[in-house]
Amino acid sequence: MRNFKFAMICLNLAVALALPTAATAQDMGSHVGNLKGNSSNGAALYYRYCWGCHGARGNGDGENAPYVQPTPRNFVAATFKCRSTPTGMLPTDQDLYNSLGRGFITTNMPSWITLTDQNRADLVAFIKTFSPRWKSEKPGDPIPVPAEPALTLASIQHGKELYQKLECWKCHGQEGRGDGPSASTLTDSNDQPIKPYNFYTGYRFKCGTTNSDLYKIFMTGLDGTPMPSFADVVKPEEAWDLVHYLRTLQIWHKSPELTMWEATPQGSEIVKSEKVRNTYTGNPIHP
Amino acid sequence: MRMKHICMAGLVMFAATTIALAGPSGGTVSGKVTYEGTPAKMKPIDMSKEPSCAKMYPTPPVAETVVTGAGNSLGDVVVYVSAGAPDEPAPSSAATFTQKGCRYIPHILALEVNQELKIINEDQTSHNIHPLPKLNREWNKSQPPGTPAISEKYDKAEFIPVKCNVHPWMHGTFAVLKNSHFAVTGDGGAFTLPNLLPGKYTITAWQESYGEQSQEVTITGSETKTISFVFKAKPY
Repeated sequence: MRNFKFAMICLNLAVALALPTAATAQDMGSHVGNLKGNSSNGAALYYRYCWGCHGARGNGDGENAPYVQPTPRNFVAATFKCRSTPTGMLPTDQDLYNSLGRGFITTNMPSWITLTDQNRADLVAFIKTFSPRWKSEKPGDPIPVPAEPALTLASIQHGKELYQKLECWKCHGQEGRGDGPSASTLTDSNDQPIKPYNFYTGYRFKCGTTNSDLYKIFMTGLDGTPMPSFADVVKPEEAWDLVHYLRTLQIWHKSPELTMWEATPQGSEIVKSEKVRNTYTGNPIHP
Repeated sequence: MRMKHICMAGLVMFAATTIALAGPSGGTVSGKVTYEGTPAKMKPIDMSKEPSCAKMYPTPPVAETVVTGAGNSLGDVVVYVSAGAPDEPAPSSAATFTQKGCRYIPHILALEVNQELKIINEDQTSHNIHPLPKLNREWNKSQPPGTPAISEKYDKAEFIPVKCNVHPWMHGTFAVLKNSHFAVTGDGGAFTLPNLLPGKYTITAWQESYGEQSQEVTITGSETKTISFVFKAKPY
C-alpha cells in the first residue's frame, strides 16, 4: 500500500513537470509603468484566453490558427510588428502591453481591454517566457520620437515629395489605397499573402491611432511583414512631414492635416476627385 | 656544462617558434559539383514593373535558382567544412552584397558568424532588404538609391533567404558559416578548400533547390584530396 502511494506521488510529479509551465529560473516578469507582471498569473490567463489561436507552446499553431488570416503571432520566434524599438530588436514590455489593449484592427486579434491592467501586465510577463531571446538579449532602446512640429502647408507638401522619393507608392499606391504595382505580390515572412495599409478606408493603424504611432510605424518597420524601417534614411523632422502628408490620404477622417490640405486648391482638387472616385480598388491577392 | 644546456634549450625554443609561426599549411580538399538528370529550365524574369532595371538588360535575365554550366556543372553551390574544424573568430574585412539591375550580386553570399555584412544599392530604385532567418533576428530595412551602405552581422550559423518585397523576383541567400573553410562554386562547378590541418572533416555541399550532401575526408599531411558532389536534378 505504501509502495502504491509512493508510486502515485512520483507519477503525479512527473505529469506536473511535463506540462508546459512558466520558466522559473530565468523569469524576469514584466514592468509596465507602475505595474509589475507575474508570469505564473499570466500563464493561467494565457491558457484560458490565448492558446486557442497562439497555441499551447506559444508558436502560433493553436486550434483556431488554420482558419485565421493573418496567422496568430508566433511568440517563440519573437518577431513583433508593433514596437517602439528598431527593426530586428525585441519590443519593450510597454509595447506588448499596448498591443494587448489595442488588439490588431482588421485581424482576429481582439482588443483585450476587457481584462484588467494587471491581467495584461501578467500576460506580457508570460508571453516573454516562450522565446529564449528574452534571456539572451535585452529589448532595443526605444527610438527617439521628437516633439511634433507645428503643422504647416510646407510640411504637408514636403511629405508629399517624400512619399514619391521613398517610393511608398510602389506598395501603397499613389492615393494610398494599397494598390501600388508591387501590392499584389506581397507576402509576409510566413509566405502568406498580405496587403499594404489602405489609407483610404480607415484612420486606425494596426499599431495605434495617433500621429506618434504613425511616426513609429515607418521609423521602426513592421517586423515580419514587407513594411521596412526607414529610420536610416529619413531624418526625424522629415518623418513628421511624412506623417502630416499621410493624414491627408485618409480622406474620410477629419484631421487638422486634411482640413489644411482641403483649404488649398491643389489639395481640394485631389480630395474631391478621390471622394468622387468612390470605388474600393483594393488589390487582388492572386493577380 | 650548464651553458651548453642553456644553448640547447634556446635552440630548441627557437626551432619550435619558427615551426609554429610558419603560417598556414596542411592539406587541401578540392573537386567539382555536378548534377545528373535534367534540371528545370530557368524562366526569364519579367521586370516590366521596374522600368529602371528592365532597361539594363537587352534580353531579360533568367532566374538563378539553379545555375548550370559546361559538363553538367553546378554553380552557386556552397561547399564548406561542417564538422572537424574549430569555430573561428570573424575576419575584419566585410562581406559585400550589392543590389544591381534589381538582382543580388552575388546571388549566394558566404560569410562567417559575426563578420560585417555590407549591403549596397547601386540601382536607381529603392529596395528593401528583408533577410528571413529562423535562428537569427529578423529585420527589414529600406535602402533608397544614393543612401549609405547598410552594415549588419549575424551571430548564429544559418542559411538565410533574402528577398526584396518591392521586387518579388529578387532572391538571394546569406550562408553564415562558423569557420573560414568554404567556397562558392563558380562557372564550371569547381571548389578548393585549402589550409586544412591533419584531421577528419565533414565536407558539405548546399544547393538552394537540391538541398545538402556531405562527405567525410581525412587529411594526414599536406596532400590534396579530390572529392565530387553529384546532385540529382529536379525537373521543376
